[in-house]
Amino acid sequence: MARYSVFAIARHAASWHQGWEKAWRSPEPKSEYDAIVIGGGGHGLATAYYLAKNHGIRNVAVLEKSWLGGGNTGRNTTIIRSNYLRDPSAAIYELARGLYETLSQELNFNIMFSPRGVLMLAQTEHELRAYKRTESANRAQGIATEIVSPERCREIVPILNVAGPRYPVLGGLWQARGGTARHDAVAWGYARAASDLGVDIIQGCEVTGIDRDANGVTGVQTTRGPIRTRKLCIVVAGHSGVLAEMAGFRLPVESVALQALVSEPIKPVIDCVVMANTVHGYMSQSDKGELVIGGGADGFNNYTQRGSFQHVEETVRALVETFPIISRLRMLRQWGGIVDMTGDRSPIIGPTPVPGIWINCGWGTGGFKAIPGSGWATAAMIANGEDPVAGPFGLERFREGRMIDESVAAAVAH
Amino acid sequence: MLLLTCPHCGVSAEETEFHPGGEAHLKRIGPDGDDDAFMGYLFERRNPKGVHFERWRHAFGCGKWFHLARCTVTLEVFGAYRADVHAPPAEIVERIQARRPGWTPEGEDA
Repeated sequence: MARYSVFAIARHAASWHQGWEKAWRSPEPKSEYDAIVIGGGGHGLATAYYLAKNHGIRNVAVLEKSWLGGGNTGRNTTIIRSNYLRDPSAAIYELARGLYETLSQELNFNIMFSPRGVLMLAQTEHELRAYKRTESANRAQGIATEIVSPERCREIVPILNVAGPRYPVLGGLWQARGGTARHDAVAWGYARAASDLGVDIIQGCEVTGIDRDANGVTGVQTTRGPIRTRKLCIVVAGHSGVLAEMAGFRLPVESVALQALVSEPIKPVIDCVVMANTVHGYMSQSDKGELVIGGGADGFNNYTQRGSFQHVEETVRALVETFPIISRLRMLRQWGGIVDMTGDRSPIIGPTPVPGIWINCGWGTGGFKAIPGSGWATAAMIANGEDPVAGPFGLERFREGRMIDESVAAAVAH
Repeated sequence: MLLLTCPHCGVSAEETEFHPGGEAHLKRIGPDGDDDAFMGYLFERRNPKGVHFERWRHAFGCGKWFHLARCTVTLEVFGAYRADVHAPPAEIVERIQARRPGWTPEGEDA
């Protein structure tokens, strides 16, 4: 793999930029791999990359039914933060946030990580109390967050309406080292680096069946023929239930549609991420100038990658209340993604009832921020059989009643 | 947005007048159920890509619960029926089969 650098740009300029090689190889699938990852989104590609990089398992294929990062990786609002309440969550999200800081250098691919800060507004007494509790928990976990006053909120975000009328801002939970990154670039960067280490990235290859014998998994049936393997990792977010059914077990997840929208591009008005969970809205501004807005999820099972108009209305209403300056903006695009929700709003990482099959799913409305940590921990779990970061997120926690309850920290928004 | 008809009061209205209540026809495990069965009852909801049966409440209308047969891929509504039954009635099954040839309630937990 030729390294990307300013010298490479200069060199290729001489030949009118016609000589750039493809970022990753697109080989024909082999008949057998040491490990197969189903799902070419951020989590799947990161898992494959760390399997090759950290554990030397390089005979790996990533099977993607459409194109890389075309699912939730390319549909989220790119927020990165780690201000969770429970220790296991804090551990995996902080691992991910830390890895994001140097990911561009690590992958030699500019993922445009921007630690611009994340401000979560407290707009009721209860919310403020809950965030004070989160701040204390974060301090014990070694994560830098702080409770800030309404005046400080206004300093950080000058366009914020702190006075109400419905929900005045009583304070905020500020994580200065949170931020955003370019979502597609995360998928592309991992794909390029993984491909360089020998991982086969196979797009347009849908898994249609999972083969197993008495000892566990033996391979997969795909639209590009059968492929044998003894290690299979399912990382398919909203379609986890469909793949689990192929493998013969059921997951404690339900798939719902979550939507987002962007406004027309305007000059810079907000230089951090603001989340207002009481009124159900969160917003940041992209480098293009569009306001990136996250909406609510439908309350029923859904596999359509659309959204619902009433949720757009709700979200926009909430944001106009919070940021009156945006009331005349037109919305440009709106889209939806299928997210897999667990009962405790925490992900599932671990082995399944079928020997040789691991699952990484249940990230619900907030998986993007976790991609590097999730891939790191999942790869370790597959290679070593156990991992301290991934361990608490096993499927068995539902049977044992050992929930990692983040339904408050996660709220509607991630 | 879904357009639903309440089988109790007969009112047809938009989705916002109703409230979704999750999977229909759940059966609570008996006193001799083990931990796995209890986990299944509590958490392992059906999550089909296709025909699905679920509970809805006419929240801003008559206030009553009912059941709905719906496709999770196309959002097509096959029909609504009473909440006090353990399985979809024959006419609903027929209506689904007319739209989804080959679909059978066998293998369903209904």
